[in-house]
Parts: sequence; C-alpha cells; structure tokens
Amino acid sequence: MAHVITLVFAAGILLITSLLVYELWVNSHLSRAKFGWGFFWTQTWDPIFDHFGALPFIYGTVVTSIVSLLIAVPLGLAAAIFLAELAPRQLSDGVAFLIDLLAAVPSVIYGLLGIFVVVPLVRTVIGPALKMVLGGLPIFKGPNYGVGFLTAGIVLAIMVVPFIISVSREVLLTVPRDQREAALALGATRWESTWRVVVPWARTGIMGSIFLALARALGETMAVTMVIGNNPKISASLFAPGYTIAAVIANEFTEATGDVYLSALIELGLVLFLLTFILNGLARLLIVATERGGGHLT
Amino acid sequence: MSQARLIWRRVLNALMLTLTGVAAFGVVSILFLILGYLIWNGGRSLNWDFLTHLPKPVGESGGGMANAIVGSLKLLFLAAVLGLPVGLLAGVYLAEFGGKVFTFVIRYTTDLLNGVPSIVIGIFAYSLAVLPVKHFSAFAGGVALGIMVIPITVRSTEEFLRAVPGTLREGAMALGASQWRTIATVVLPAASGGIITGMLLSLARVAGETAPLLFTAFSNRYWSQGWAQPIASLPVMIYTYAIAPYDDWHRQAWAAGLILLGLVLLANVGCRLVLSRKGMTRSV
Repeated sequence: MAHVITLVFAAGILLITSLLVYELWVNSHLSRAKFGWGFFWTQTWDPIFDHFGALPFIYGTVVTSIVSLLIAVPLGLAAAIFLAELAPRQLSDGVAFLIDLLAAVPSVIYGLLGIFVVVPLVRTVIGPALKMVLGGLPIFKGPNYGVGFLTAGIVLAIMVVPFIISVSREVLLTVPRDQREAALALGATRWESTWRVVVPWARTGIMGSIFLALARALGETMAVTMVIGNNPKISASLFAPGYTIAAVIANEFTEATGDVYLSALIELGLVLFLLTFILNGLARLLIVATERGGGHLT
Repeated sequence: MSQARLIWRRVLNALMLTLTGVAAFGVVSILFLILGYLIWNGGRSLNWDFLTHLPKPVGESGGGMANAIVGSLKLLFLAAVLGLPVGLLAGVYLAEFGGKVFTFVIRYTTDLLNGVPSIVIGIFAYSLAVLPVKHFSAFAGGVALGIMVIPITVRSTEEFLRAVPGTLREGAMALGASQWRTIATVVLPAASGGIITGMLLSLARVAGETAPLLFTAFSNRYWSQGWAQPIASLPVMIYTYAIAPYDDWHRQAWAAGLILLGLVLLANVGCRLVLSRKGMTRSV
C-alpha cells in the first residue's frame, strides 16, 4: 500500500516534467508553424506586424553568459583551490558556508544592487578604464550608458561564482592525498603540484561545475532584466544595451496582446528550457564521473 | 641559470597562492558588501508605516508594503501545501522502495527539474493555472512556487531517510509492524528533524523568486481578495519599485530588499547550522 502511494508521487515528478515540455511545445505551436527554423536567425522583433525572430535574444544570452564565465571561472577556480588546498579545514568550511549563503541571495536583490551600484560603477569607473586600456578593440567601442552586456555579465558573474566555488572545492577535496605527495616528493612547489597534478585530476568535475554555472547564467532572469537595457539589438560593443531570452519573457509576457506574440515568447521559453536541460544533464554526468573515477572520463 | 629558474618557481608559487587567497576573500567580501549596503540603505527607509500600510497612489510618497508582506506569506503557504507533500512522499519512495532503473530515472528527472530556469516554470504555471481561467491569481503563483519546492524536498528527504540505520527498520519489522507502519512510526520520526529543515530551506529558496510570479500571481496595490485574485509579493514589489523613476519608491525597494534578504539569510543560516550538526553537508 505504502509502496503504491509513494510510487504515485514519485511518478508525479516524471509527469510534471513531461507536462512542462508538453505545454511549452503545444503553446508555442503558432510561432513554430509560422516562422519555422527561421525563428532562430531572424533579427526582427516586431509585435505590431507580428513578425518575430529570436536572434537578438540568443545573441544577448550567449554574450552575457560568456562575459560572466570569463570573470567567474578564474575567480571561482582560484577561490576553490585556496579553500581545498591551502586553507585549514575549519577556515575552509567557514568560508564555504558564507559562499553557500551568497548563493542563497535572491536574484532580485542582485538586480537591485545592479541598478544602484554596478550600473553607476560601469558608467564612471570600469567603462572608462576599459576604454583607456583596450579602447581599440571593437567590443569596447561606442557610447557607455552603464546598462548593457558588460554590466549584465558582471552581475551574472557574481551570481554564478558561488556554484563554481562550492562544486569545484568538493571535487578538489576528493583528489587522493598521495597524488599531491608524489608531486611534492619529486620537488614540485605547492603551486606546481596543485596546478599540474591536482587540478588536471579533477578537471572533469571542474568542467561540470562550469556547465552548472553556465546553465544558471543562461536562465537567470531578474538581475539581468534590471541591468541589460532591454533593447532587442545585436551590437558588437559590450557597452551597448541588449536583451536576453529570459529578460524578454519577463518583460513582455504580460503585455503580449496577440496569440502569435505570446506563442513566440513561449517558444523562447522552450529554447531556454532545452539549453539548460542539456547543460545540466552534462554537468551532472561530469561531476558524478569525477567523484567516482578520478576524472579519467576522456 | 638553474638558480634563476628556482627563484622564478618560488616567486610564481608565492604569487599564485596569494592570488587564490585574494580571490576567496574577495568573493566572501561580496556577501558582506551586499549585506552592508542593504542595511545602510534599507535601514534608513524602514519604519512602522512601511510594515503596516498599503502602497500610496503613484506620485504620493509614504505608504508601505503590508499587503506584499502578507502576500508573500500566503504564496509560501500555498507552495508548502502544494509542493511539500509531493516532495516528501516521492523522497520516501526513493529511499525506502524503488528498483534500480526507475529510481535512477526519477532522481535524474528531479535534478533536471531543479535546474529548469524559474522563468520557464512561470510559463508552465501560466499555461496550467492562468490560461484556462484567463486571469492572474494567487493560486497560480502558488502552483509555480510549489513546483519549485518539489525537487529540493525530494533530495533532502531521501538523503535523511538513507541516513537512518537499517537496524531500526529491522527492529520494527521484527516486532510485527507492516512496512507502512515502520516508515510512518519509526523511520520518518527518526529523520524528521533533518527533513523539516530541508523543507524550510526549500521554502527559503522560493521566497525570493520573482520571475515565476510576474505572470502568475502578478501584483496588486491593494489587499488581495481571495486566492483567485492577483496578489502582491515582496520580490515583485522590489522589482517594480526598483525600475520605477521615483526616489521614494527606490527607498521602499531598499527597505523591502532588506526585509527579504534578512528573512532568507536567517532561514538559511539556521537551517544550515542544524544540517551541519546532523552531518549533512549540503542540499543545494
């Protein structure tokens, strides 16, 4: 009896997940029928003439995610190395606890600080500094409004870095002790043993943590919506305002008047779902593989 | 030559190790910056009116967010009622029954459901609970948050049940108790502390969710008239007030942010301390 009841609820999770896919698929029917695959490489987003293309949003999502990973991966990996290799266990656990708290901060709070702290900072300090040093590059050209791809990337980096740190730290802690000792015995410095032996050993799991962070960054909505400038345009400059998939859904869903309009937004939701679905699946496999077998998946 | 190389290796060693420490403390300091900034800005704007009054009409300053505070609590209540039982029972199934393949499938699906962006959960709840009746409602918001509560509850319940020693189960069975009785009167009570903590943690996580509420619970500048009507919540209010062009609204957004962050962090600190005392490291 108990078996059957609990089985029903466990199966309920399968049901909910399949229903989720089904609803996204069915409700995006109009848009899929009208635009076909062209949806993915059309740049127009025109609610008045019911013509919709996803390219500016896909571009914005990819660019902000790349910027965030460029900041978060070195920072997170370095912090994880410190916590796993150098810090005494108690300090490491304490810091890891604080980092878990950082991961618990609601995204709308990051958005609030994004608007009132990061945007002015990019406008007055970070932007001008980048222009001065690397102003020749096309990605740093054009006017700097404070809102845009770069600001969204910075806020996202802060939001995903806790995931990279806590997963990488745990993976690094599973690396056997004799690996380190062997490297040190051969005369390697502490850094050499870490960088050439411990990190390569754990690389599959670290990749997993990066995928997990990427999946978070792609799906993150509120904080990005509040700082990206909400402009469906593809620009080479990181200072330019843009748009992401999640942000356009958050902004326009309640205002979508036509059926095709709503259906196009739901199709964007479907795209986002599939992207994070694949990334999360890969991430789990990589992390499990490292923790079991010492990272020799390749 | 080799002397120079040795010095270089030592310098590199010291430099890189220092940098890793700087990175770790840099990230941790962000938490304190966030807290400090919210306390500084929010603390100045927090007053009794804010907690007990309704929002004033646009353009008038003053007023508060009493309806949003109550609204958030109501939405959390709905999420708990809809999501926690499913998560609990599914967790019991995974820990106590279940074959190999099916258990793996459920566990994997749970992880994937946990990773679905909250905005997509919002679309899902919209098509389930808003489209059929053609209006936003507190109930729809509860559905969205309830779905998000499930995966976290499943995993923490399973983990705590697995930690209960098998001898306890065998003891109850040896006394003639059925499997159902064993689970309900012996195994679950033994793990109850951890399970309840895990549930609280999952509620703390959805308490700050904004995206899935935007087009399910929507928002409301007055007291909500029942479960079938739109309802205000703290996260959505923070969002609307932060992007509005009024200074007084920004002030209130900071105050609401301070309340929200304070509650979420408090719940997290409390739960995680209990969990680490029970020897469970994480349930993220």
